[in-house]
Amino acid sequence: MGMESVRQAVGCFHCGSETSGQTYVLEGKSFCCNGCRTVFQILQKNDLGEYYQLNSCPGLSQRNEVRQDKYAFLDDEEIARKLVHFSDGKQAQLILYLPQIHCSSCLYILEQLNRLNEGVIASRVNFERKEVFISYNLSKTSLRKVAETLDSIGYEPHLSLNDIQKSGTAYTDKSRIYKIGIAGFCFANIMIFSFADYLAIQNTIDTKLHFVLKFLSIALSFPVLFYAATEFFTAAWKGLKNGYLNIDFPVALALSITFIRSLFEILSGTGGGYLDSMSGIVFFMLIGRWLQSRTHSAISFDRDYKSFFPIAVVKLSEGQAVPTEVSKLKEHDLIRIHSNEIIPVDAMVSKGKASIDYSFVVGESQPSAVRIGEIVYAGGRQTGGMLELVVLKEVSQSYLTNLWNQSAFNDKSSLNRTTYDLVGAYFTYAVLLIGIAAGTYWGMKGNTAYMWNAITTVLIVACPCALLLSQNYTNGNILRIFGQNRFYLRSAEIIDRIANIDHIVFDKTGTLTQSGSAQVMYFGPKMAEKDLQNIASMIKQSTHPVNKSISEFINVKDCRNIEHFVEHEGLGMEAWIDETHYKMGSPTFIGGEYQTDQSGSKVVLYKDGVITGEFVLRNKYRFGMQNLFKGLKSNFSLSLLSGDNDFEKQNITRLMGPDCEVLFQQSPQQKLDYVTALQNEHHLKVMMIGDGLNDAGALRQSEVGIAVVEDNNVFTPSSDGIIEASRLSKLASYIQFAKSGKKIIFATFWISVAYNLIGLFFAVQGILSPVIAAILMPCSSITIIFLTYGLTEWLSRKYGLREDQNVNPILSTQSITV
Amino acid sequence: MNVVILLLIISMLISGGFLAAFLWSVKDGQYDDEKSPAQRILFENKTTNKNNEA
Repeated sequence: MGMESVRQAVGCFHCGSETSGQTYVLEGKSFCCNGCRTVFQILQKNDLGEYYQLNSCPGLSQRNEVRQDKYAFLDDEEIARKLVHFSDGKQAQLILYLPQIHCSSCLYILEQLNRLNEGVIASRVNFERKEVFISYNLSKTSLRKVAETLDSIGYEPHLSLNDIQKSGTAYTDKSRIYKIGIAGFCFANIMIFSFADYLAIQNTIDTKLHFVLKFLSIALSFPVLFYAATEFFTAAWKGLKNGYLNIDFPVALALSITFIRSLFEILSGTGGGYLDSMSGIVFFMLIGRWLQSRTHSAISFDRDYKSFFPIAVVKLSEGQAVPTEVSKLKEHDLIRIHSNEIIPVDAMVSKGKASIDYSFVVGESQPSAVRIGEIVYAGGRQTGGMLELVVLKEVSQSYLTNLWNQSAFNDKSSLNRTTYDLVGAYFTYAVLLIGIAAGTYWGMKGNTAYMWNAITTVLIVACPCALLLSQNYTNGNILRIFGQNRFYLRSAEIIDRIANIDHIVFDKTGTLTQSGSAQVMYFGPKMAEKDLQNIASMIKQSTHPVNKSISEFINVKDCRNIEHFVEHEGLGMEAWIDETHYKMGSPTFIGGEYQTDQSGSKVVLYKDGVITGEFVLRNKYRFGMQNLFKGLKSNFSLSLLSGDNDFEKQNITRLMGPDCEVLFQQSPQQKLDYVTALQNEHHLKVMMIGDGLNDAGALRQSEVGIAVVEDNNVFTPSSDGIIEASRLSKLASYIQFAKSGKKIIFATFWISVAYNLIGLFFAVQGILSPVIAAILMPCSSITIIFLTYGLTEWLSRKYGLREDQNVNPILSTQSITV
Repeated sequence: MNVVILLLIISMLISGGFLAAFLWSVKDGQYDDEKSPAQRILFENKTTNKNNEA
């Protein structure tokens, strides 16, 4: 095996990422980092090279090196017991969440785990949930070794505090599918049994046979009404209990009246009943509900702080490093945090260089340096080296946890009624009124048989099932189209809320700007080659993330060692190289700026007593933001809340225009209060677009809270929807599409009203025969289904949401080349 | 006419069997993951894999 390091720009054979600078080569293949090469080596050794044949560059970058005893806490029996689902002393089974799963190669390699670790008995992937089920032999391997095996091939299992604190696994409810199956079965059979009625030959067939057919129809209608249709009754009852009529109420009313009248007709021998129509409606409505509820199983919309926290940290007791469960940490415990780990508790720094990235918690774009003796808050990510901390508060008491548990954060009950519920309520009143009017008319004439007939027929025919159907099918299709466009909604109800929005609030850091990268500009005369090299060497000594961006910007590779170097924490640094004195840092540290009219955060250069130039760092805004604001401004009022300081003010104003409210240095609570004020004082329906935990309160308070993610592996705070960052620029057309969805629903509803009027025309003359009912019902249902589908497809093309329909990022499997 | 009733019973039994098969397959988790079985079938199953069932 010839290993060598060369410099060239080629894609990594393992992960496909651009290999800048050093490249690692093995067997004629180049890799971007040692980690990727190691994975390749392991797979080659175990004859699993097919991994690379199924897809090109199937892996994920392994640049972050794994620490030796990262999984040591899994040896702790108590932690292991909480993660394992089943264990009989010989064999254990568990399900691990691997957010990295994305293609058929992943599937292949994860189901061949037993070739990498002998102790693994079987492993099976659930691709849609991104989970792997593993059973292993306890005498041959351990949970820790299984986790290490997965990690060694680039699939780091996601283990969070949530995994051990939840009770039981929340699996999707299958009862609706059972209900659809049973309703469909009963519907089809009842229709067959009713054929004699349709052909109007019920009087010519044997009475015994006719009796058997009718008896079977009634028997089959019981499971439809008392099992399959239960959700309409429970929903209607829930609405009634809360004092309002929802759309399920008229449906439940119509179903029960149809059933009672059919029973009466059949048993008294006065007619054939409408059991076929009733079961058909239940069947179609259930399918609609199912379509609408098919959301994205791989995406979680309900992550709370527990999903972000690690299960265990290293606790130092009497000089020994012991892995300890986070929830067991007590005050005054000493813990050790490694680079890139999340700090799980509020604590005081006792040793090490703390550079904490709070971007997720408070929305500051630059990591902040924390000195020894100062406090760090839970939720921050250490970006420097190793840290030792003294625990100040237990995990359940920390700032972040309190923020999360605030009562204001949890109240959305008042928003539960949709427009369609309101329409349903009006509809119910209208239908009841017509029914009673018709009933009293016949009652006054003294014809009681006609009275009951009129009341029940009106209720049966005027059932707003069509409204429910068109709502469910339209929303189901809209959800699907949004999903293909990388905009994922928690439920169909959100579409209706999006359509009613009048104000949009944006967060800045991570939402409008790309997190983790800054735009660097240099102002000043061109530097000499030697100066540039010296400055690059000086920057190399510093760990501050700002300097990392500058280092990438000046891109000098040949750095030298500097002996005389001093770093002034949080201010800047200075060095003496070849009798020259260099200093660089903040304007306050240097005592001046090169140009005063530039905005942005600055690093000023200073050489031998003279300011020679400066680097200006600005946020890098996502592509298409200016057009997005332009498009949104015609229909909505906009505002921007940022947790960051106001050095970006000029850029923001240029981007959004002068008439938008822009506020800086907003705490999570202030963001929440701002949204509440918009809602209560200005009576606006607010959409909040944010990304971090700092926006979590505002996301929940707003009518629609949308979280922005860079890629699917990133965890988002609890929200109503998740949008992929690259699609944020299309938000205006997404909202337009949601609005037109509402129009489609009402348009198809009027068409179904036309059908109902035909039905009523027959009904009032007392000639609504079973065959007309049996034809009208499926016709109106099917027309609605086709219309909603066709119209949503047509509109999605009109709004440009159909350009890349073949790419579904969550479920995409690249083409297989065998 | 009795023969129609007999046929009716048989047809109900057959269709009931299909319904039961459907419910069983849902319960068994056949529809839980619609992506991976289609991929899985394409992998070469090498003989070194001894304990593949469990």
